[in-house]
Amino acid sequence: MRVEEFMSAGAARFEAKAALVVGDTRLSFGELDALANQCGRALRRIGVRRGDRVVAFCDNSVEAVVGIFGALKAGAVFSPVNPTTKPDKLAFILNNCRASAIITQQKQLGTVGEAAAHAPTLRGILVAGDDAAVAKSVCGGVPMFPALAAEEQTAPDDPGIDIDLAMVIYTSGSTGFPKGVMMTHQNIVHAATSITTYLENTPDDIVLSVVPLSFDYGLYQVLMSVKIGMTLVLEKSFAFPQAVLNRLAAVKATGFPLVPTIAALILQNQTIKPGMFPHLRYITNTAAALPPAHILRLAEMFPTTRIYSMYGVTECKRCTYLPPEQLRQRTASVGKAIPNSEAWIVDDKGGPVAPGVVGELVIRGGHVMKGYWENPEATDKALRPGGLPWEKVLYTGDLFRMDDEGYLYFVARKDDIIKTRGEKVSPKEVENVIYQIPGVAEAAVIGVPDAILGMAIKAVVVLVEGAELGEREIIRHCAANLEDFMVPKSVEFRRELPKTGSGKIRRSEVQAEATGTPVVPGS
Amino acid sequence: MPANVETAIRKFIAHSFMYREGVDSLKDTDSLLDKGLIDSTGVLELVFFVESTFGVKVNDDEVLPENLDSIERIASLIQRKLAASPATCVA
Repeated sequence: MRVEEFMSAGAARFEAKAALVVGDTRLSFGELDALANQCGRALRRIGVRRGDRVVAFCDNSVEAVVGIFGALKAGAVFSPVNPTTKPDKLAFILNNCRASAIITQQKQLGTVGEAAAHAPTLRGILVAGDDAAVAKSVCGGVPMFPALAAEEQTAPDDPGIDIDLAMVIYTSGSTGFPKGVMMTHQNIVHAATSITTYLENTPDDIVLSVVPLSFDYGLYQVLMSVKIGMTLVLEKSFAFPQAVLNRLAAVKATGFPLVPTIAALILQNQTIKPGMFPHLRYITNTAAALPPAHILRLAEMFPTTRIYSMYGVTECKRCTYLPPEQLRQRTASVGKAIPNSEAWIVDDKGGPVAPGVVGELVIRGGHVMKGYWENPEATDKALRPGGLPWEKVLYTGDLFRMDDEGYLYFVARKDDIIKTRGEKVSPKEVENVIYQIPGVAEAAVIGVPDAILGMAIKAVVVLVEGAELGEREIIRHCAANLEDFMVPKSVEFRRELPKTGSGKIRRSEVQAEATGTPVVPGS
Repeated sequence: MPANVETAIRKFIAHSFMYREGVDSLKDTDSLLDKGLIDSTGVLELVFFVESTFGVKVNDDEVLPENLDSIERIASLIQRKLAASPATCVA
């Protein structure tokens, strides 16, 4: 099965039922399918061919959902990109995957225009928004919904088969350059089937999601809702928690995906009383571990709601989940492998470890990626030979331990990626941007514990002699060049940074000072 | 008084958020969310600013876009609060 068949099957089965609600806009399965078909045709018209990459550069919106399914209906591969991405990185992504088209919004046109000027493979830009003249002003942009309205409502021919790529989704790499995770239709169908199985989703579910579609956790809310025939209510942000909680009650949501930062904000809210959300069947958490104290308080606040602690990496979407009935006995655990997959822990030689011993988590299943886009070196590190002669299994790069009954516990990452607000930040990527500032001699970017963000990004900087730079200049430069979640919250100036014998900055030592943890030898 | 409140809000927003995003101009009615100026931690900073500067209490159920998503709305919220307890202004 291909992913866009979720949509056509949903339209056939649930035609008039609400599929997507964004603000005041409400689309049925039939309407959404027709729009996606028209989008597929519009993409074909601007020259998108089977296998081409189409970037979706939008906030949580109707156009993002229509664009993603439209790309699949055209036989293309979609790539969702965080809407706060700045021009240089967007240009990197457009060039890295040699995108043929981009689907975006009027408010993003400044960034898209700058990036598109450096992306020679782009054949077209579909722009959602009210002002056609503005859309056309940037690199031949096409006003999206008028273009769709001119197309037939039937699906384009010959989109492909299920082992074709469906998605290239970029994830932070420790080298500072994002890597494109390649997922086939089979991979996505496998993951979506497994997750909706343990969440016990039915067409009666109403999911409210504030998680960005550029993050696979947010994206899968769309894919799984369409697959099952659920109604998805999309919100653009969690900036105003009370507004989202009011919406949660108003739409009688049955599912509410969280990340730890959202959970922390909910737990601060004084207006929530246990039992206020009787319709809410489940809450999920992933992206980073919830502190056990937060899990227990969430369970008190939502006494009739099942709480799922989960863990995943972009390279296989989701690895494990803890059955909610285990939550009180194993509050710190992220459970076991998701249905129809396997997870185990290995030592440095690849052999299985005993319970209680820390090692790297390995995943086997149909949800494991095909590799990183045109990056065989990184692919070979992540995908290694498995037990069967023809298979590869995923080395997650995360250290875990297991209890006597096989339940898994996250210990630490093997690399230096920082988790903030549920997003992965490569310190190297932030440092590269800081080094662009004249006057910066050395920089180390670290995570400092933060009650809301999990980790807050901090830059520790040494200036060249005589340079006059303040915290504001450095943060401003970062904000102009990095996605919002990567921008340091604070900057500390020092006279020097610790270094190895060969002169390499010992970031791990600076990090260890901040978190009060011992330095890992050899790091 | 209204001009002072709005000036103080504008100064806080410029100092805390606008320099980060390189936004040079902001109308009193512009949405801070749509302009990309605030996220959830920004809203917390904003509430702390309002409470500590004007000596008013913003309840959790008042932390809504209709009360805090533009300079004009924030000023209006503060003025309603101050009118209810005029002696608490410390600005």
